[in-house]
Amino acid sequence: MNKTINQKAWLFVIPVFILVAFNAVVPLMTVVNYAFQETFGNNVFTWEGTRWFKQILRSERFHAALGRQFLFTGIILAIQIPLGIAIALTMPKKGIGVPVCLVLMSMPLLIPWNVVGAMWNIFALPEIGFLGHTLNDMGFDYNFTQQIGDAWFTTILMDVWHWTSLVVLLSYAGLRSIQPAYYQAAEIDGASRWAVFRHIELPKMKKVLTIAILLRFMDSFMIYTEPFVLTGGGPGNATAFLSIDLVKMALGQFDLGPAAAMSLIYFFIVLLVCWVFYNLMMRNEVQS
Amino acid sequence: MSKITLDNLSHSYLDKQNSNADWALRDINLDWQDGGAYALLGPSGCGKTTLLNIISGLLNPTKGKVLFDDKEVTSQTPVERNIAQIFQFPVIYDTMTVYENLAFPLKNRGMSDGEVDSRVKEIAEMLELTKTLNNRASGLTADGKQKISLGRGLARSNVNVIMFDEPLTVIDPHLKWVLRSKLKELHQKINRTMIYVTHDQTEALTFADQVVVMHEGQVVQTGTPVELFEKPKHTFVGHFIGSPGMNIIPCQLDNGIAAIDGVKVSVSSQIKKSNFSKTEIGIRPEFVSFSKEGLPVKVLKVSNTGRHKIIDTECKSGKIKVLSHSSKNIPSGSAFLSFDQKYTYAYGDNWIIE
Amino acid sequence: MKKFKWLVPTIYIIFLMLPIYWLLNMSFKTTTEIINTYSLWPQKFTFENYITIFTDSTWYTGYLNSIYYVVMNTVLSVAAALPAAYAFSRYKFLGDKHLFFWLLTNRMAPPAVFALPFFQFYSSINLFDTHVAVALSHCLFNIPLAVWILEGFISAVPKELDETAYVDGYSFWRFFIKIFIPTIVAGIGITMFFCFMFSWVELLLAKTLTAVAAKPIAATMTRTVSTSGYELGLLAAAGSLTIIPGAIVIYFVRNYIAKGFALGRV
Repeated sequence: MNKTINQKAWLFVIPVFILVAFNAVVPLMTVVNYAFQETFGNNVFTWEGTRWFKQILRSERFHAALGRQFLFTGIILAIQIPLGIAIALTMPKKGIGVPVCLVLMSMPLLIPWNVVGAMWNIFALPEIGFLGHTLNDMGFDYNFTQQIGDAWFTTILMDVWHWTSLVVLLSYAGLRSIQPAYYQAAEIDGASRWAVFRHIELPKMKKVLTIAILLRFMDSFMIYTEPFVLTGGGPGNATAFLSIDLVKMALGQFDLGPAAAMSLIYFFIVLLVCWVFYNLMMRNEVQS
Repeated sequence: MSKITLDNLSHSYLDKQNSNADWALRDINLDWQDGGAYALLGPSGCGKTTLLNIISGLLNPTKGKVLFDDKEVTSQTPVERNIAQIFQFPVIYDTMTVYENLAFPLKNRGMSDGEVDSRVKEIAEMLELTKTLNNRASGLTADGKQKISLGRGLARSNVNVIMFDEPLTVIDPHLKWVLRSKLKELHQKINRTMIYVTHDQTEALTFADQVVVMHEGQVVQTGTPVELFEKPKHTFVGHFIGSPGMNIIPCQLDNGIAAIDGVKVSVSSQIKKSNFSKTEIGIRPEFVSFSKEGLPVKVLKVSNTGRHKIIDTECKSGKIKVLSHSSKNIPSGSAFLSFDQKYTYAYGDNWIIE
Repeated sequence: MKKFKWLVPTIYIIFLMLPIYWLLNMSFKTTTEIINTYSLWPQKFTFENYITIFTDSTWYTGYLNSIYYVVMNTVLSVAAALPAAYAFSRYKFLGDKHLFFWLLTNRMAPPAVFALPFFQFYSSINLFDTHVAVALSHCLFNIPLAVWILEGFISAVPKELDETAYVDGYSFWRFFIKIFIPTIVAGIGITMFFCFMFSWVELLLAKTLTAVAAKPIAATMTRTVSTSGYELGLLAAAGSLTIIPGAIVIYFVRNYIAKGFALGRV
């Protein structure tokens, strides 16, 4: 659509600008303030330059949290994206099954995040939870509050439970927008099921999948409430992802300087990954 | 290549059919000769795409049979029927190059690389796509993409029939003409049965040897373009084909004699039956002229298109359009019309009375 | 293979329903039964937990607080985002692309980063522990999202609609309210759904910015479990009740969900 140049359009944008800036600018400035200074309260600050940044970037604790974070995000993307596509492909296309599937599948998305954590806590507890009890009955020595592997398994299973539906809904919407003529043409061309997926469905889903991957990356990278309620970051620090570690540092130990520096580094990593990924995905579009 | 027969074909998209309106297609019987160029003509929603999809095997008819060379294929898949179909909107595989797109239907059928290569090059040459063969197909313009769709349809040399479902809808007007003549030329070159679906009478009449006109799920007439113009078997054909369409005027039938406003009108054939609920006279504007006596009318409006004039007149029973040469003088106010008997037909309940 | 296609979504839905069922199951048990006996359904079916919640004001005000700020945020986000989305869709103006990108980056900001500064900021302007504070803070991620979704819907409406209205002598605001908003009402519905959803499920900021007066239900829950640690039946009942508003909202927008997700840049 060709747009007209109109500087008065700024007037339309001002309310949004004010509301977001109100929330973004002052708090961000506060973070920046703390990141470069040292304070002992009473609004007395001393300039520390990049000391906190150096400290964080060199700290093993940060490296470990970052490593756990990337591992977690990588695993849940590797599970949720293919699984979401597969479920979308097998979902009914018409009839009563469509609203039934959509409503039931959306349910996890609308449950408050700490309820998700609490729900999974009592679902997975070895004594009283269905999952924990069943696994132990089957002979597995399962206890997510004690064993690192079990804690990871439970956290990942919870995230798959919580967010796969988002990928399903996006993929389903992408699939629905494909004209029937594409399937008919492929049928006449004698294409195999795999070829239909590879050459018709996947390319047509590219944009929704880009959105799905971006959203899932961002939200899983910022994950806090659910694992905090489920495992509290434990056992030990085994499931202390970046946000959990950050809150621990800022509120638990009141190391405001390093915490602020870590916040900025954290935010920067999210922005950088999103930007690189988005550009990679869109590069082919521009070329063709 | 084969002859196509449709035997008593009916189709409905509903599970239960209560009235005629619930059927998308009703009682279709058609015989298409091997190597002919046919057009299916009708307004949107008349069932022509449904009919096409039944022939290609994308849809299974509710009733009736489809035969290729007198062999029943009704339950076969599109692949087994070995047909090609080109759709209204260009269907291309975005991830492939133009070359891979054209090669795709051939490779799926297990053709060797060498054969595929020579066939693709031949088709590309025919459609003037040789230069873009190695480009990504997704970057082409709408008509470039539709050429690829055409190419994929034409790539296999042994198909029984090639079907076109309004293939020029998305093409610019000036390119439409180019591609249409290209298709006509291809038909002569490869001599394969082609079925062309369209709602545009010019496309149908220029492409096809035989035109099948459809209306509300039924075939109302099959014939050459000249037949359809000169002797419409159904009032729908009369006003759908021709510009402006045929005049259809309510009339009285009495003892085999037709009359409008009490003025006797001679028609081309003898009228034997008369028990209709609705009777009409059909005459094309081309065959109406002003005269000293005949049907009295009022002249309402004259519009000049340059080559000829279209005159709107009105008698008591309805409006009548007259087409006359630009240089002729047109009476104003009251006048009389005469009809050329050879092209004047009586219609009972919309069908011609013969 | 086609015959068994229904199996995949069915198994998936069963997997989704299991933890929810377990929560419901527990909510109808007494805490003693939960701890002492393991059973797939309540042995002694009880409404006790629900009765506690509905009669104790510290519990049910939590619900009212949550609903209050969620509705406030939804209305605020959509009302502000509508004209902005219209401007981004229809006009070119100085810095439009940068502004759009900046808005989206706020969706990428980890709430954990902002928790402490938010607390300080809202305390300093005397909004701490008010519904307004939570509603305003959720604008940080809901407004960018609302602008993004609405822009997709608005771009799908041909510009000729606007032009025809101006030719017919409509003033801008009369056109916007009388003609344009009814045209994109489905898009507004979807946007409200998403704003409601993200504001309803978010807890970190909501918890940080409230103490007593505006405390959300979900936060009330965590406190109960962390202090006593044993009131599992109560926790399950409260958790089950938080699913209801979401379920109602989904039911109303079920036909738009798939469409809504597909918008934006599809």
